[in-house]
Amino acid sequence: MLPCPSSSRGKCKLLRLQELQTPPVSSKVFIQRDYTSGTICRFQTKFPSELENRVDKQQFEDTIQTLNNLYAEAEKLGGRSYLEGCLACLTAYTVFLCLETHYEKVLKKISRFIKDQNEKIYAPRGLLLTDPIERGLRVVEITIFEDRGVGSGR
Amino acid sequence: MHLGVSESMRECEYSQISTRSSTPMETPYKKKTPKRRKWESFPGRNKFYCDGRIMMAKQTGVFYLTLVLILATCGLFFTFDCPFLALQLTPIIPVIGGVLFLFVLGSLLRTSFSDPGVLPRATPDEAADLERQIDVANGSTGYRPPPRTKEVVINGQTVKLKYCFTCKIFRPPRASHCSLCDNCVERFDHHCPWVGNCVGRRNYRFFYMFILSLSFLTIFIFAFVITHIILRSHHSGFLNALKDSPVVVCFFSVWSIVGLSGFHTYLISSNQTTNEDIKGSWSSKRGKDNYNPYSYGNIFTNCCAALCGPLPPSLIDRRGFIQSDAPQMAPPTNGITMYGATQSQQSHMCDQDQCIQSTKFVLQAATTPLLQQQTSDGRTALSLGGPCTSLPLGQPTPPTSTPSLSCHEVVDMLPIHTHTHNPMAHHHFLTPEEVPSPPGMLPCGSPMGHSPTVQAGFYNPASQDSLHEDSVRGLVKLSSV
Repeated sequence: MLPCPSSSRGKCKLLRLQELQTPPVSSKVFIQRDYTSGTICRFQTKFPSELENRVDKQQFEDTIQTLNNLYAEAEKLGGRSYLEGCLACLTAYTVFLCLETHYEKVLKKISRFIKDQNEKIYAPRGLLLTDPIERGLRVVEITIFEDRGVGSGR
Repeated sequence: MHLGVSESMRECEYSQISTRSSTPMETPYKKKTPKRRKWESFPGRNKFYCDGRIMMAKQTGVFYLTLVLILATCGLFFTFDCPFLALQLTPIIPVIGGVLFLFVLGSLLRTSFSDPGVLPRATPDEAADLERQIDVANGSTGYRPPPRTKEVVINGQTVKLKYCFTCKIFRPPRASHCSLCDNCVERFDHHCPWVGNCVGRRNYRFFYMFILSLSFLTIFIFAFVITHIILRSHHSGFLNALKDSPVVVCFFSVWSIVGLSGFHTYLISSNQTTNEDIKGSWSSKRGKDNYNPYSYGNIFTNCCAALCGPLPPSLIDRRGFIQSDAPQMAPPTNGITMYGATQSQQSHMCDQDQCIQSTKFVLQAATTPLLQQQTSDGRTALSLGGPCTSLPLGQPTPPTSTPSLSCHEVVDMLPIHTHTHNPMAHHHFLTPEEVPSPPGMLPCGSPMGHSPTVQAGFYNPASQDSLHEDSVRGLVKLSSV
């Protein structure tokens, strides 16, 4: 039974409902950026100790490595990005009003990848990866949900 | 099902229990607070226009001067010189002039209006996590923590990453905190008042295009004005020619703009920022083995990377809507949610109720001694110290100790207030009653950017200036209620 600071009964019911549907957050782990290769977007692949009994180390490292590869693809200097840059310059950057940049396309790909990973691997283990773009590409935030001891299913 | 849980967290929008909410509760799964965009609660000192599409620095006076100078010079050129030149020489001259002018204007506006690469500030959870790591590393939890730096080896060079007390992050390499805009900017070049914005990773190429095209434009105009004068002097003498065509005083600007373009061309080719060049970070004078780890080795690649490389999107989601992140908060029984805030600054760090109560208490406590002792300002500060210092003890404090900070700030504020302007002090005394309604105006947990700066002041006395400034600003806001 949760104490209800507000007056209406409806809110009390809502709080109880919330508690049933969402287990309280236990803690958060932050995977920091790895700057050893310069300013490109890379995250540290070191396995955090808080996740030791939650998820397989190899799986976690694979996820982060894939993320790193995707970001590298977004920031890659190559024929395609030069072409895009030159085209943009010639059209006084108005071309981006109708077209999406390569970087944005890859970011969407990354969002889909993270959602997919959450659904397949992390959510069943009570974890949630937050897309780094929502944290300004500073960290990969992993929310660890409290293990209720009821089992993995709900 | 956990799967269901993760989905429900994303899509289910719970109503946050809000003691201040003026809107009545509707159906449970709808947002209650009016939709506000993230730019409206952006913590930096930036101005936003067109509903968050345009972002500029706070002081834009010089930018308007730039615009006026360019428009005036080109206007005079097109009005007085072009007709003569088009007839005497070729009509292509005004066409080229027009194209250059449009390019200059476009790149100027693009530089001024875009996000230079601002790094969003750390969420409270991140900041707390970093603090924990630093405390573990340092082994000390004194009031004044030691300066925080992290060393990282990039391409064989040791680079020091500094901790930003305002943004609560370790700055990425090449990032710097702009004190004018109060933001950390990626690949910070400089803050340009002429352009009214910082120049950083996302708008450096536009800035370079601007100064390059402006140098071409000024040389073009200068050359053709001279040509005009010379041609006219054949007909009617030199002095008459000068009279007919206004002497464009862009002689000095030609040299300064051309010089600046040359300087930035050098910077681009060596892949350095103005900041690094001025500090001499990669200069060989610092040491034999000192070299720029970011350079690609050859000029062509450096230029291509700076000008034609991929343009990263803005990291601050200006036009996104602020979401109150209720799903991940523990039930608000203890009043303070340690891990509540995830999405944005708007998800309040301290419970609103507690914030309001604490600030109310402080203000009420402050008004009584102040009303009695309006003239003796020195004693006022001391009398405020009493009720304020007892405040944090009575309530559980989060790691960021916001209630005590609000107290600290109010203590700071009120003496300043009474020192400077007594009528305002009177006005200020009216506010305790009105305090519950707009907590957005309160210094405590204010999404308007005071709290990050206030906490910065708490951790580092070196940023007292910003704390003072913010407290004065917060004071002005309070008194305007």
